[in-house]
Amino acid sequence: MAQELQVQQKREVEKKTEGTIPARVFVPVTDIFETPEALTVVLEMPGVGPNSIEANVENDIVTIEGRIDFTKYEGMQPVYTEYNVGHYARSFQISNKIDQGKISAEMKDGVVTLVLPKAEQAKARRIKVA
Amino acid sequence: MFSSFNDPFEALFALQRALDARTASDWMGRGTAASGSFPPINIFQKGEDFVAIVELPGLDKSDLEIEAKENTIRISGKKTIAYGQQASVHRRERVAGVFDRTLSVPIRIEPGGIKAEYRDGVLSLFIPRADADKPRAIKIS
Repeated sequence: MAQELQVQQKREVEKKTEGTIPARVFVPVTDIFETPEALTVVLEMPGVGPNSIEANVENDIVTIEGRIDFTKYEGMQPVYTEYNVGHYARSFQISNKIDQGKISAEMKDGVVTLVLPKAEQAKARRIKVA
Repeated sequence: MFSSFNDPFEALFALQRALDARTASDWMGRGTAASGSFPPINIFQKGEDFVAIVELPGLDKSDLEIEAKENTIRISGKKTIAYGQQASVHRRERVAGVFDRTLSVPIRIEPGGIKAEYRDGVLSLFIPRADADKPRAIKIS
């Protein structure tokens, strides 16, 4: 029996610095998993198109930002709402064992997949027990 | 109302405030006792018609089913997440599973005229109001 889905309330970004615009920014729901080759970060950003994603690595901190296109709400008057909309932002501290030049990102159906390949020297070597 | 989109910086904030103001409004009446169920739904009025916008990121279109009858719309489906083999999960916040939600709108709609669009993880349902439900201007003789 599959699990019945529950609504996850959107969490707002807690900023250390304040933005210049008052609009709220949300924290995307994220999965992170590791394989022998790479660290993969998967973020859910519904409403963000493939060209509205920005990923940066600086000082071992990876930051992903997604901007929604809210012009489609023009001329629409809300009558009943259960969630709010806004841009997304989240950052993670990564180890320096990532090959920063080979980071790739893919966006599909509102889900961003960020692949952070491990640097050669960081890959585990199998040690034979004699 | 956020009719002014002239200032792009103000516009999003105005939209967020407008959405907040209608949070779980009683517009639906008892039509959706299931407030708080998955997936979350926002309903807008656009001219004479209505638009329901549902956030459903990472879904396969073929796993999504929409049915409409009279003034009732049912959205059901399943969401799957694959990590692949050999993966050790560090952080797991996304959820997978099944969902089934029915909403009854308090207006007469044209069930045959509903259009659905799934883009960037967002499902939009364009719900035309039934002709019989549209207000008519009354001429004064």
